[in-house]
Amino acid sequence: MSRAYRVRSPIATSLDYLEVGDVVYLSGIVVTARDQVHRKIVLENTQPPIDLKNLALWHAGPIMVKRGNEWVAVSIGSTTSTRMEPVEADFIAKTGVRMVIGKGFMGDRTAEACRKHGCVVAMFPGGLGALGAGAVRKVLAVYWLEELGMPEAMWVLEVENLGPLIVTIDTRGRNLKNDIDRALAPSNALR
Amino acid sequence: MGVYEQLVRTLVGFIRVVETSLSRDIVEALKSVATLEEGMAKEIALAMLRNIETAERLNIPVCQDTGIPMFFVELGLKSPFAGNIGSALVVAVETATREIPLRPNAVNPFTNANSGNNIGRFVPWISYDVVGDSEVIDVWLYVAGGGSSYAGEARVLNPVGWEKQLIDFVVSKATRYGVNACPPLLVGIGIGPTVEIAAMLSKKALLRTVGTRHEDRRVAELEEEIKHRLNSLGLGPQGLRGRVFVLDVFIEYAYRHPATYAVAVSFGCWVHRKGLLRLYPDLSYEIPTHGIGRRSL
Repeated sequence: MSRAYRVRSPIATSLDYLEVGDVVYLSGIVVTARDQVHRKIVLENTQPPIDLKNLALWHAGPIMVKRGNEWVAVSIGSTTSTRMEPVEADFIAKTGVRMVIGKGFMGDRTAEACRKHGCVVAMFPGGLGALGAGAVRKVLAVYWLEELGMPEAMWVLEVENLGPLIVTIDTRGRNLKNDIDRALAPSNALR
Repeated sequence: MGVYEQLVRTLVGFIRVVETSLSRDIVEALKSVATLEEGMAKEIALAMLRNIETAERLNIPVCQDTGIPMFFVELGLKSPFAGNIGSALVVAVETATREIPLRPNAVNPFTNANSGNNIGRFVPWISYDVVGDSEVIDVWLYVAGGGSSYAGEARVLNPVGWEKQLIDFVVSKATRYGVNACPPLLVGIGIGPTVEIAAMLSKKALLRTVGTRHEDRRVAELEEEIKHRLNSLGLGPQGLRGRVFVLDVFIEYAYRHPATYAVAVSFGCWVHRKGLLRLYPDLSYEIPTHGIGRRSL
């Protein structure tokens, strides 16, 4: 049976106590980044607008509305993390993020980067946009909104008990996807 | 309010219903997933039900990916709105994007520029079937999200031995890409003479009611077989293992060419946003997919 933990971001301590299959509820600072932000930071070597060290990253493209001077999250949830697999290892190495949140699974290169840099990957199941918005306490900032548009912009959020986040890669580089593939291998020859 | 404005308001209301709640068959299917599963899979199914309840209560989109709207219009030519339903749908999408609000998802494929209002070349997608002697317009809305659309594919098979090729095609597509398409999934399969006919039918197949089988017994049996094959993989909700990887499998077909066996598969995520608006000449309407009886604005 999985265990449940509360984690606070910025992540000041080691995450070695987390194992794949554990459930995390996250509070603190989360930064969204999907395809285009990864392109800018990794492929074009653009400096991130804020220091991402020890923060949590979320593969997410929200719906936001501006009420007065403040942005408010209407709906926010995970996008497919697999698309970021070719560049995530470099993103982790370059920025020092400690938790990558998304949906689906990530691959061997990301797992190796997690092992090297003390990072974990966690799944916020896809389609939970209304629950995700409920966890957002405040939209702190947004970068590259004009250039990239609402879904692709980098949003800086303060969240409270965002979850359930299911750990799929731990700091030892163990990948839950490989465990599942092995367990299901006999009945799943086509895979 | 003028008649055209009232038509637009009716369509905006319809888009809101489809984006902020799920059809009755999908809600029932997800409730049964929560009953069938155990452990983590059950927890996920319960979170899905909480998410649906929250979205309905707060009148906000069920999923942040509010998709690319695809309208399938069955156009009664005797309807007083036959001439302007198309323009009204475009205005309704733009209005709904602002009011609900929806996420702007229409992106220029060459410049990556997001139009900001869900309007762009051929977006929203609107296709028409003409029903000559009817006064009624049926508007089906399907919201095509990114995760499920990413997994779609069409190809032409060899007519000899098509059945095994088709099953292998669907199973391998579902196992490789299905986890990212937000399972438990809906699977739509189209068959026909060319890839684009098969692809369109695979999408229309996704509009069927969960639990209903094709009227042709042979087609129904193939639906059952593929559903069984996919659920016996053990992948479960979100691919974290469990019993229900697909909620249902639907096949739609056209007659094919002797030399071709074109097939396509389209996936729907568990946040399966589909709806039917039936529009009457007096501007009254019903949304039977969501249990909304005939009424006027």
